[in-house]
Amino acid sequence: MIAVLLAQTIAITGGTVYPVSGPKVDHATVLMRDGRIAAVGANVPVPHDALRIDATGKWVTPGLIDGAGQMGLTEIGAVPGTNDAAVRNDTVAASFNVAEGINPASTLIPITRIEGVTTTLAAPETGLIRGQAVLIDLDGATLEAMLVKSPVAVVAELSERTKDAGGGSRAGAAERLRRVFDDALEYGRRKTDWARAQIHPLAASGADLAALGPVLRGELPLIVIANRRSDIETALRIGREYHLKLILAGAAEGWLSASAIARANVPVLVRPLDNVPSYDALGVRYENAALLARAGVKVALLETDTHNSRNLRQQAGNAVANGMTWDQALRAVTLSPAEIFGVADRYGSIALGKVADVVVWSGDPFEFATAVEHVYIRGREIPLKSRQTELLERYRKLPPY
Amino acid sequence: MRAATAYLLAGWAAACASSGAHAAPAAAPAAAATPAPRGATGTAAESLSVNRPQYPSTYQRHPYPPVVITNATIMTAAGQEIPHASILFREGQIVAVGATVQAPSDAIKVDGTGKWVTPGIIDVHSHLGVYAAPATDAESDGNELTGPVTAEVWAEHSFWPQDPQIPLAIAGGVTTIQALPGSGNLIGGRSAVLKLIPTRTVQAMKFPGAHYGLKMACGENPKRVYGRRNQFPSTRMGNVAGYRGAFIQAEEYRRKWDAWNRDHKGDPPDRNLRLETLAEVLRGNIYVQNHCYRADEMAQMLDLAREFGFKIRAFHHAVESYKIGDLLAQAGTASAVWADWYGFKEEAMDGIQQNAALLQQAGARITLHSDDPGGIQRLNQETAKAMYAGQRAGIPVTRDQALRWITANPAWVLGLDSVVGTLEPGKMADVVLWSGDPFSVYSKAVQVYNDGWLVYDRNDPAHQPRSDFELGQEPPPGSDR
Repeated sequence: MIAVLLAQTIAITGGTVYPVSGPKVDHATVLMRDGRIAAVGANVPVPHDALRIDATGKWVTPGLIDGAGQMGLTEIGAVPGTNDAAVRNDTVAASFNVAEGINPASTLIPITRIEGVTTTLAAPETGLIRGQAVLIDLDGATLEAMLVKSPVAVVAELSERTKDAGGGSRAGAAERLRRVFDDALEYGRRKTDWARAQIHPLAASGADLAALGPVLRGELPLIVIANRRSDIETALRIGREYHLKLILAGAAEGWLSASAIARANVPVLVRPLDNVPSYDALGVRYENAALLARAGVKVALLETDTHNSRNLRQQAGNAVANGMTWDQALRAVTLSPAEIFGVADRYGSIALGKVADVVVWSGDPFEFATAVEHVYIRGREIPLKSRQTELLERYRKLPPY
Repeated sequence: MRAATAYLLAGWAAACASSGAHAAPAAAPAAAATPAPRGATGTAAESLSVNRPQYPSTYQRHPYPPVVITNATIMTAAGQEIPHASILFREGQIVAVGATVQAPSDAIKVDGTGKWVTPGIIDVHSHLGVYAAPATDAESDGNELTGPVTAEVWAEHSFWPQDPQIPLAIAGGVTTIQALPGSGNLIGGRSAVLKLIPTRTVQAMKFPGAHYGLKMACGENPKRVYGRRNQFPSTRMGNVAGYRGAFIQAEEYRRKWDAWNRDHKGDPPDRNLRLETLAEVLRGNIYVQNHCYRADEMAQMLDLAREFGFKIRAFHHAVESYKIGDLLAQAGTASAVWADWYGFKEEAMDGIQQNAALLQQAGARITLHSDDPGGIQRLNQETAKAMYAGQRAGIPVTRDQALRWITANPAWVLGLDSVVGTLEPGKMADVVLWSGDPFSVYSKAVQVYNDGWLVYDRNDPAHQPRSDFELGQEPPPGSDR
């Protein structure tokens, strides 16, 4: 037993460490024991029995966190049997928690983590109120082994896609959302009456109304997907009316409302590489993330396409190319999402006691030339293998027939 | 997919994935792919529609002073990366590239210190203009899904030159595109090979002398589109029977027209637009551009091409090309691929990041394509990803080879390799000045010259084209470009 515990002590030595929670430290050591960060700094003694990983000349960062997508909930986009992120025919699905739809054996998980993304959101799709998102580490044979937090938030959407839930008008959708919230409050106050059917018909099922309780008490965040400025403003308005702990997602025209978003202290989840105009977001532009950050908004950067989640670092690099500082961008894929999702006490930084999700890079993590050299999730070294590396090895030399 | 509005939505619906020889730069516009050879003599031939101009290019070089870019790192895509070098171009032609060039006194001097220069980027798989933004049903013009063989349709007749995606792609350093019909049909129609410049008409964008492409599609899309309607084809074997049936008709059509063009005996054969295009494929004048994902299906398509005596110029998407690099090299068929897309549909399951590098190793021709209005804006980045993924796996790929994936090689796919795609004297002056190494995530196109004309300058709003659509929109779309 003791031998096993000792084997779990790993020392990454000599690298430039970006703890994110503090300034970078050159020639530093990161000590990981039992899945946690045991020490970090320039003068950390390395236990004689620790496994030493020489990171001289390398960059060491927290594992990247992608605050979007359907990791574990989708295998092949166009094959419905492999997709578990949406409940059909239910525009108000607040009680739908995606967790048990997650497939820990998904091939996307190794493909993604070997590129330095160690933690992702798994979020529900479709609907005015889509359901509950959870946060997972990209390692583990069971759901329990992967879960970081469940639920992280209830996800709603105010856009051209959901206005049909309000009869075809954005105003209708906003009003419907309010009716559901009002009835959830009513349900909370008069549960007994509801059980005895001594209450007027409510705007959603009992389970969905109950699931909104923590949201309306301000305990659980509500992620609202909104892109057009008017929809963003509607979300902020509803957030004020119900005293919600709001998170904006998408927010393509967020830069136009940056100061209002900052004043409301609402964090924003942004995919930097969006600039193709739609009628839902004519003002979409690459500088969105930078302009929001400059206004004082807490920003997390995303790669929303689950299969491409490994390109989160390309997204972050492009955010820098379009005005974010490098430090802001690193924070926006590590500590900021951890804070937004309420797990910063465990995730998003390399600091004493934090979960040991750590990546060793050959250089700047955002650059294409940079390789991932080591990935640790909960202190376990992840083999840099996936279905795709196996295909590569099979076809590196072509078979004779 | 429109990622801005599709937050948290799986992105399998990407563009085509879900649906479905220029002699010299100054040469007069000429349709290389004239439907049938002109009658040698006789008024009878001249009275036929087939012998009149078929939607000719009206492209004209935009006059612009000579330009010399000095002290830049110049990547020629012809074997060299020259530090502290200069490039001179005038009247749409590259005049000189080297450590020192003799610049005329009237040349505009551009300081390239710390910057890089490459040829203009060419994307052989784009749906700009045919699937314009904003993506509405009204602007969805890429898939003629009323029958599995629609060789008679031409992408240029759908193309909207005011698509606001065009200026965005220009700002990404793209100078030439092939706008293709979608992949919902077995045979989807003719492509349009276009100079990416702001114009009022598509005719003014048509690359003089370019070979038309014929869009064909393998696999899931056609059989899904028609199978769901309980129509032919609903299987992959149905797909192949569909191509064969169409080309058998085309053989007969070609024979009749070739005979009539030879001796003008009797009435000319009936004109059939669909077969006219297919006959041009059989004559080798129109290049087959074949959407095809799986290696085994590509091998079937090579057999089809051998059966009818044509060449497949390029397989597009081709996520499994790396499994048959030898067959592709032998056939002389290029692969137009993404850097790393995979998994959005069953036939894309086996996509790997080393596809391009493994093909390079096998001696096959590669081009990186976008099939996406976002991806087209950063083909340099996608190339960097694919190059470094190969190098990290121990597959030798040089920077020059990688640059050719988005310049010289796509020029070959369009039959334009003697005209564009490298920075060599005599080539058309399609030139991009980058803020830094084009293979860095932090670099951006600073200036884009198309045929010697400054079509984009990141630092000068007077050279930042805007489509009509963008005017008066509050806020202005893509205002960062």
